[in-house]
Amino acid sequence: MRPVYVAGFAELPHLLQDNLLDEPEMVQRVTAAALADAGLGRDDVGFTCSGSNDYVMGRPFSFATALDGLGAWPPIRESHVEMDGAWALYEAWVRLQHGDVDVALAYGFGKSSLGSVEAVRTLELDPYSLAPLGIGPLPLAALQARALLDAGLATEADFAAVVERSRRDGNRNHTAPMTEAMSAAHALTLPYISSPLRGHDGPVRTDGAAAIVLSTEPVGPRIAGISHCIDAHQPGFRDLTVSRSIATAAAAAGGTSGVDVVELHVEYSSQEGIVLRALGLDSSVSVSPSGGALVANTPMVAGLCRIGHAANAVRGGAKRALAHATSGPLLQHNLICILEPA
Amino acid sequence: MSDDPVTRFKAPVRLDYTVTAGSVTADFLREILKGRLVGRRCPDCRCVYLPPRSACPTCGVITTEQIEVGPNGTVTTFSVIRFPFEGQVLEPPYACAHVLVDGTDTPLLHIVGNCDVDDMRMGMRVRAVWAEELKPTLASVRYFEPNGEPDVTYDSFSGHV
Amino acid sequence: MSTPVAITGIGQTRYAAKRDDLSMPGLVREAAKRALDDAGVDWSDIDAVVLGKAPDMFEGVVQPELFLAGALGAVGKPMMRVHTAGSVGGSTAVVASHLISSGVHKRILTVAWEKQSESNAMWALSQRFPFAPPTTAGAGGYFAPIIRAYMRRTDAPEHIGWQVAVKDRQNAALNPLAHLQIPDISLEKVQASPMLWDPIRYLETCPSSDGACAMVMSCEDDGHKDAAWVHGTAMRSEPMLFAGRDEVSPQAGKDCARDAYAEAGITPADIDCAELYVPFSWYEPMWLENVGLAESGWRAVDEGRTALGGDLPINMSGGVLSSNPIGASGMIRFAEAALQVRGRAGAHQVDGAKLALGHAYGGGSQFFSMWIVGSERPS
Repeated sequence: MRPVYVAGFAELPHLLQDNLLDEPEMVQRVTAAALADAGLGRDDVGFTCSGSNDYVMGRPFSFATALDGLGAWPPIRESHVEMDGAWALYEAWVRLQHGDVDVALAYGFGKSSLGSVEAVRTLELDPYSLAPLGIGPLPLAALQARALLDAGLATEADFAAVVERSRRDGNRNHTAPMTEAMSAAHALTLPYISSPLRGHDGPVRTDGAAAIVLSTEPVGPRIAGISHCIDAHQPGFRDLTVSRSIATAAAAAGGTSGVDVVELHVEYSSQEGIVLRALGLDSSVSVSPSGGALVANTPMVAGLCRIGHAANAVRGGAKRALAHATSGPLLQHNLICILEPA
Repeated sequence: MSDDPVTRFKAPVRLDYTVTAGSVTADFLREILKGRLVGRRCPDCRCVYLPPRSACPTCGVITTEQIEVGPNGTVTTFSVIRFPFEGQVLEPPYACAHVLVDGTDTPLLHIVGNCDVDDMRMGMRVRAVWAEELKPTLASVRYFEPNGEPDVTYDSFSGHV
Repeated sequence: MSTPVAITGIGQTRYAAKRDDLSMPGLVREAAKRALDDAGVDWSDIDAVVLGKAPDMFEGVVQPELFLAGALGAVGKPMMRVHTAGSVGGSTAVVASHLISSGVHKRILTVAWEKQSESNAMWALSQRFPFAPPTTAGAGGYFAPIIRAYMRRTDAPEHIGWQVAVKDRQNAALNPLAHLQIPDISLEKVQASPMLWDPIRYLETCPSSDGACAMVMSCEDDGHKDAAWVHGTAMRSEPMLFAGRDEVSPQAGKDCARDAYAEAGITPADIDCAELYVPFSWYEPMWLENVGLAESGWRAVDEGRTALGGDLPINMSGGVLSSNPIGASGMIRFAEAALQVRGRAGAHQVDGAKLALGHAYGGGSQFFSMWIVGSERPS
């Protein structure tokens, strides 16, 4: 494989509601910032790929409008995935392997505040057998959490500890929204919203955008491996306490040996343990030092941000950082990207 | 119990959105409430966009300068809609047209009314007709109508069709 | 391109207004299974699945790759979902081919589909969005003024659109999978059909279809002497609105074609036949000029050059004018181009076709994808 490096990363502040920026302005600002971080200009980019979701944005072809923010003139080589920006980055990485371009730009954008992400995510479920039940992501996550408790693989105190750490780290990350600091002990006293999950076990849903510049020049952390894998859709068709697709993707990305930092796209505190076990890691590694997707959960962006923050970790001295992005109900589809110093 | 195969069932989808305009469109809509069309100019290529664009689609820079445009314009091309569909403002047949509003560089897709559809021409001069009650939407311009000025030549707008 | 890419399997569903006999998983599986059978491989031989379709609002399912993973045998494998508006079927095939040319995977299943009967496409495309003028009338309302501009610019006579409408439906009559079957189509019939979006008449428009198209691509010919080979791919995009934009012949389309010819190392004159994305009859002459296949698109039509027996056959399958499952329409163009160079296009085969162009576009004529396929392995 052709070596590919993360040359630049930028994210807009993840806001609970962004009333000021429309999609083109979000895309303009975040892509310009990522290119500036890379020390490159728009004309240096050979391929651009974005990730967004029409239902999140409430209209068809939302990515077409966003293209205005890129200054796509003269016409650019460009593609779009209806997935998290992490998969846009994957497509960009593949394009760099194809070999006709040397710099690629991947970005994602999304706004939770326009509608109900819970309602939208309910519509990603099988339209014949699941969606009509109206069971959204939170009750599904609660089923998974219950399965973990019943299997003796976790306790509610474990979930609370993830919340405490995520909020503490998130409040040190200027791009994540400020959240009320919460000790694990206090978290355990708060009421269930879908037992065994409490309100803070779920994500803080935000608006935002992120962009990453990839280059074949060794100007930043090197992508040591990247792969993704999808599991069965029906929750009843898989063991909810494990993630086979994460293990498969991690192995295909080169394995987790030597990993010292992980950035996990965990939407419910209960899922962190599943991801770590699938990766063959434990909490001796630094877990989501950015605060993770629990405290800054921008749809179609949170996964791409994990790669950006893993790159930042390598820039900050990590030897082997692993980023994880997820899509679909209960960690159905997972991407693993491993970064090392150039 | 029927043995007929199930081939269809209804699964209504309802989602509610609270759409925010963003500051650039909000500025534009505030001017609409005053009966003014205000575009934005790109600081690099100096092109004026209506509706305003927050970022110049070709230069990729944030637009900052607001500039009042119209109310007259030129029909650069058009289509006559001859069939009914849900949500129409005018009774068919009526024309939708690219209107190059004076002072702008990009044609605006809008309706032409108060005009016999068989009289529609490329190069026709038109003016904005405002609704009696102005609301923060481009639909406050009900349609454009012929303004009586002579047609302009095709060559004068052929780069803005 | 490092690794040559072979198209070893092609599968299409029958296209129809409503495929009530199939669920969404059933629809994609019908095409996928036919592609696998054609390639002589099994689900387990596939490394990854690339799925494409147009807006999720057409079926009301968010990111449907998630629930279709099982039906497409993707469980335990990588799966991608591409969406580039109307060009998506083409873009999906390009992304799939790059997964092989890059050396990332050895064998890919790619599928593009739409089940438009599941909801109302006109509604999905014409949604009233706050702050916008209430003029949109589906795709026709958007494209009709641009067609008028082409007619004005080139002095094309009105009957050109009718000729394309007739020719594509005559071709469709030779394609048993095509949705519209109008064996008694004639210029008079097109001319007498209702005017919808002036100057577009009813019989000059595409239908709404249910359908899916699938291909198996491989880094080897897998023993298929008649595999088609990818010689060049390209994707180009430009913004929908900017000063001086040429919507009749967008620069992105020209650049996309130039990229594709360059990667294939050929000129437009080397192309034996093409499947162009023509949802309204007038787009055949417009794209002929845009992709460099003809100096004057309308004259090429008028002289009969683009008919099945002409020297530059276009849309031998009947085209988008005869079958239009939107998300799949681009991939059908790409797959039909591949069928031609394999010599497997049946009654609508162009004799001796060696190099064929597949073309797709989407959005406000902003998103373009193309590929050039050949009967010979690229050197």
